[in-house]
Amino acid sequence: MFVTSAFAQETAPATAEGATHAGTAVPAEEHGTFPPFNAATFPSQILWLVITFGLFYLFLKRVVMPRLGGIIDVRNDRITQDLDQAAKLKGEADAAVAAYEQELAEAKSKAIAIGQQANDGAKAEAETIRKKIEADLEQKLGEAETRIASIKANAMKEVGNIAEDTASAIVEALVGGKADKAAISAAVKSVAR
Amino acid sequence: MAADKVDPIHQFQIHPIIPLHIGGYDVSFTNSALFMVVTVVLASAFLYMTTASRSLVPGRLQSVSEMAYEFVGNMLRDAAGKQGMRFFPLVFSLFMFVLVANLIGLIPYFFTVTSHIIVTFTLAALVIGTVIVYGFAKHGFGFLKLFVPHGVPVYLLPLVVAIEVISFVSRPVSLSVRLFANMLAGHITLKVFSGFVVSLSALGAVGVAGSILPLAMAVALTALELLVAFLQAYVFAVLTCMYLNDALHPSH
Repeated sequence: MFVTSAFAQETAPATAEGATHAGTAVPAEEHGTFPPFNAATFPSQILWLVITFGLFYLFLKRVVMPRLGGIIDVRNDRITQDLDQAAKLKGEADAAVAAYEQELAEAKSKAIAIGQQANDGAKAEAETIRKKIEADLEQKLGEAETRIASIKANAMKEVGNIAEDTASAIVEALVGGKADKAAISAAVKSVAR
Repeated sequence: MAADKVDPIHQFQIHPIIPLHIGGYDVSFTNSALFMVVTVVLASAFLYMTTASRSLVPGRLQSVSEMAYEFVGNMLRDAAGKQGMRFFPLVFSLFMFVLVANLIGLIPYFFTVTSHIIVTFTLAALVIGTVIVYGFAKHGFGFLKLFVPHGVPVYLLPLVVAIEVISFVSRPVSLSVRLFANMLAGHITLKVFSGFVVSLSALGAVGVAGSILPLAMAVALTALELLVAFLQAYVFAVLTCMYLNDALHPSH
């Protein structure tokens, strides 16, 4: 609407002057008015601006901007894609590390179990051997004890006999005559007790 | 002829290259039209050729195209939200057109398309026209809520609505005059300082020595103008985004 009012204003002078200075008469007017306010040039400038700017607008809208937008979109897509891939790879690496660590832990516990088992087995074996040896020793000790007991008993019997003999000899020497063997033996036994 | 060279206004003159008259209007193909074509062809060719390889890892020039694309895209998304992206082609072509027109205007002997009020005004009218048409098409008369801010006491409403209407109407004016005046003033200043260099150095040795200062100024101003060329294209695009946001969300 502003354009049309501008048009309307300059219609009168443009037509009036257009007849007089068609083509060659323009320089004469150039020195008259300040060029940017010379209304005679307005229709030409508006027309050519509309044509050039219109074509420029269409060219940018149809060709340049889809292309630029496409370039930038493709780049953004590519960046997000790359970031996604990087995240995926990182996840995979993390998973691999986790798997490795789990395997390591498993191997460790297995090793500990095997060691424990070996240890237990060795302990049990040692225990059985020890027990066997102990039993052997016990048996030998028992045998020795019985032998000692029998020797002791024999010795004690010998001691009784010797005492009886000695007592009968002492009695013979003191009292004279033969002492009652049974009585002496009883006496010795009572003393020995 | 000598006076013509130093005339800072001379650079804004429009000469017909191919005279053309349709229905009483002088629609000749002028130097202004030529540089519109140059701007459009240069910008299109740059954007088209730098992206031709569609590299995943962009080269330097492809990065420039992508940066411009994402810069404008983020600007629009921040200002007008996701719905605003339907206007992305419009804002992007406006930004590229203004930027390239400003930049090639800095080359000596080149015409600056954006130093003409009618060009910037046509672009501004395109923006405001889009806002109005889309606003009414999408919201119907609900678009008029744009002029009635929320939470304003009823007795203040007439005043506020009047202010809002005035601010809306002045938008195409401020949008176009800002760009036009910046480019015009910058090029005039550049030309004036460069003119000093020419006329001073014509005065002999003392004049040559004296022309060093304006020359340094001209160099510094060229750097400043380069900044202004970017800045004004950016400002034009940002304001376009904000106005389009009004068309999308009229109730504040």
